[in-house]
Amino acid sequence: MTKNLLTSAVLAGVAAGLIAALLQFMFVIPHLMEGELYETGARIHFATGGSTQSERAQPSIGTDFARHVMTVAFNMITYTGYGLILLALMIFANDKGHPLTPRSGLIWGVAGFIAVQLAPGIGQPPVLPGAIGSEVGPRQAWWAMTIIVTAIALALIAFGKGWIALLSIPLLLAPHIIGAPYLDTYFGVAPPELSARFAALSFGTALAGWSSLGFLCAWFWTKADEA
Amino acid sequence: MTTQTATIARSDNSALGLAIAVLAGVFLLFASGVAQATVLHDAAHDQRHAMAFPCH
Repeated sequence: MTKNLLTSAVLAGVAAGLIAALLQFMFVIPHLMEGELYETGARIHFATGGSTQSERAQPSIGTDFARHVMTVAFNMITYTGYGLILLALMIFANDKGHPLTPRSGLIWGVAGFIAVQLAPGIGQPPVLPGAIGSEVGPRQAWWAMTIIVTAIALALIAFGKGWIALLSIPLLLAPHIIGAPYLDTYFGVAPPELSARFAALSFGTALAGWSSLGFLCAWFWTKADEA
Repeated sequence: MTTQTATIARSDNSALGLAIAVLAGVFLLFASGVAQATVLHDAAHDQRHAMAFPCH
């Protein structure tokens, strides 16, 4: 069974990573590279007399293949990492009497998106290169804490018996009442529309990646289990 | 008696398998999303931004 778990998670992670990378190259990376023009000062949003107008034009993603190959590779690593944890939890639930099917896998994937991307992203939205943040340690701690607490809350909703599911409400709210670490100053150099669009597109592609991951983990694992 | 022993052994084995999978996942995520080493950080840069890892 462990062999099926590892094989299925790796296959699903590589496939979901490829899907996510493809969508990132279509939607996210062009905006990221446009943001880099402001990071480096190639474009300036407050150019003339304090005017806050600047050209809207995405640069070509260029010919830096080594850079983009790394993005694809690290997407596969990230989604395989998440896939190993997600499928271990799915199989644990399966053994406790909640059968795993590709359809329920899709729900697991969406729940993973909520716990790992959406909940921490509410406090710490995806940012363009060049964004200045507070000290990284506390932000990583808040990020990890938010993921774990949100995942527990979703598990209570899915599997909690009776009133215990209501405990999910304070758990879902707690990280946001505590609040993510932030600075007292805005440093943004990129146009706010560009930053907002980058964040929204990142969420959209991550939702597609996570849905694929949940579905594929369950699909590969149920296929391997039948065999 | 024999059957029972086998069942227990198998379930222990699978709990260990789940733990190994989770640890392997955390290890991969540490490399792709959290580690600060410059080489890793630069290679993973675009993906880290796209996946909103808090990394710098």
